[in-house]
Amino acid sequence: MTGGTGASRAEVCAVACAEVWRGSGEILASPLGGAVPVIGARLAKLTFAPELLLTDGEAMLMADVPALGAQARVVEGWLPYRRHLELATGGRRHALLGASQLDRHGNQNISCIGDWKRPERQLIGMRGLPVNTLNHPVSYWIPRHSPRVLVERVDVVCGVGHDRAAAAGPAATRFHRLVRVVTDLAVLDFETPDRTLRVRSLHPGVAPGALRAATGFPLAVPADVPRTRVPTPAELRLIRDVLDPDGLREREVPSS
Amino acid sequence: MTADEAVGRLADGMTVGIGGWGSRRKPMALVRALLRSGLTDLTVVSNGGPDVGLLVAAGRVRKLVAPFVTLDSIPLEPHFRTARQRGEPELMELDEAIFLWGLTAAARRLPFLPVRAGLGSDVLRINPSLRTVTSPYPDGEELLAAPALDLDVALVHLNRADAHGNAQYLGPDPYYDDLFCEAAHEAYVSCERVVSSAEFAEGGGPQTLLVQRHCVTGVIEAPGGAHFTSCVPDYERDEAFQAAYAKAASDPVAWREFAERFLSGDEDDYRAAVAACRGEGA
Repeated sequence: MTGGTGASRAEVCAVACAEVWRGSGEILASPLGGAVPVIGARLAKLTFAPELLLTDGEAMLMADVPALGAQARVVEGWLPYRRHLELATGGRRHALLGASQLDRHGNQNISCIGDWKRPERQLIGMRGLPVNTLNHPVSYWIPRHSPRVLVERVDVVCGVGHDRAAAAGPAATRFHRLVRVVTDLAVLDFETPDRTLRVRSLHPGVAPGALRAATGFPLAVPADVPRTRVPTPAELRLIRDVLDPDGLREREVPSS
Repeated sequence: MTADEAVGRLADGMTVGIGGWGSRRKPMALVRALLRSGLTDLTVVSNGGPDVGLLVAAGRVRKLVAPFVTLDSIPLEPHFRTARQRGEPELMELDEAIFLWGLTAAARRLPFLPVRAGLGSDVLRINPSLRTVTSPYPDGEELLAAPALDLDVALVHLNRADAHGNAQYLGPDPYYDDLFCEAAHEAYVSCERVVSSAEFAEGGGPQTLLVQRHCVTGVIEAPGGAHFTSCVPDYERDEAFQAAYAKAASDPVAWREFAERFLSGDEDDYRAAVAACRGEGA
């Protein structure tokens, strides 16, 4: 337990995930790569971003906000994979995606670890990351902040970072927007002159040294860096009673 | 026709598009027929699932064109993983949009379609044959030219079909099955049940008629033909069987036993072996 409200680390993370969609408007929120991003998107919709569109993870847009694993009772639209991809290219989407590796410029890898021609570890494949990152806002969720994930250089660039987008030219940068990186230790963003990762807030209970030690490249952690906000009592109630009564979030981000 | 008859019309070295998505509505009866056939040197184009895993494990695939390979509820396909870590097969790993635009280009008989994807990523590094194209309009943008993914043959599985080749999907997602058929010179559609055209209306509205007969070469009635992947609403994924598949696929000795038990006979033998396996689990 951390913070004054008794919120767990997973609950702080869920609120930090919800915050990536604040002010996004009437767009599709696509949380992938875990339970916590899904809780975040649904929490945003139930609180400060009621205009968000949400999918059931398959082909339906949900008009209601069910608990994790529960079916939507009200469907407001149809968005099968093909249309979802086409919507992404239209830009009306902000996805919160996973990353097996992420570097300071925001380059992301889910293809494989090691040499692409003969990888040490084959992963799922690059999926839609190249198109997503060039067409709409993207954030990342990293449930275990470690030097193996936050790396100096990713092995395969799937999601495009700022340096690579800039080098690729105007067609790559026109709609390129990396917003946040939420991890189990901190919230990071790219609001620096050279658009590399900086610490936006440290989660309650995380020491600056612990964050630096868990990052595979030098990361400045200013002494006055803010703490990530803790959930309000109303948000905690929604997370615990409405969105994740089975506590899946605690398995994804254990409170040690 | 039967799955074996359909596959009997194919040849070594063909480019085969396989419908479905991950571990959903894969034409597994046709894939199992491919495994029985001895066909080899294939280029497989797929939103990859166990179709890719099985064909790669059997050494039938020279080249794979895919944006991912997954079993959905089991994120990584163990056969594919093992093969890739050995450096096999040749892989054209594409972004999902390049893959979709490539199939769309093939269906429209275009050499390519421009797409804002791949630029800045390693898609271009790992696929040195990909090219960019400059907009001829005042914006002058340089975009990726997604190459047409022309298919010799498409294999898809749908819920219902008539004998003429019209096919109906009753689940929530068409995936790219119609597009695979349109991008191919020949298409073989397996289905849970062959019905008369008059029966389509009982299943759903006209928009459920996904595949039209002018794109289809042959229809195969294959009840359970997507097993162990899902074919909703007829059946969900067989998670217990998929877990057994993935476990066996992670170990060469266990895999030989699994293949002997489930893949050494014809489709009837497969169904009987799956039923026996369920009986043991009950």
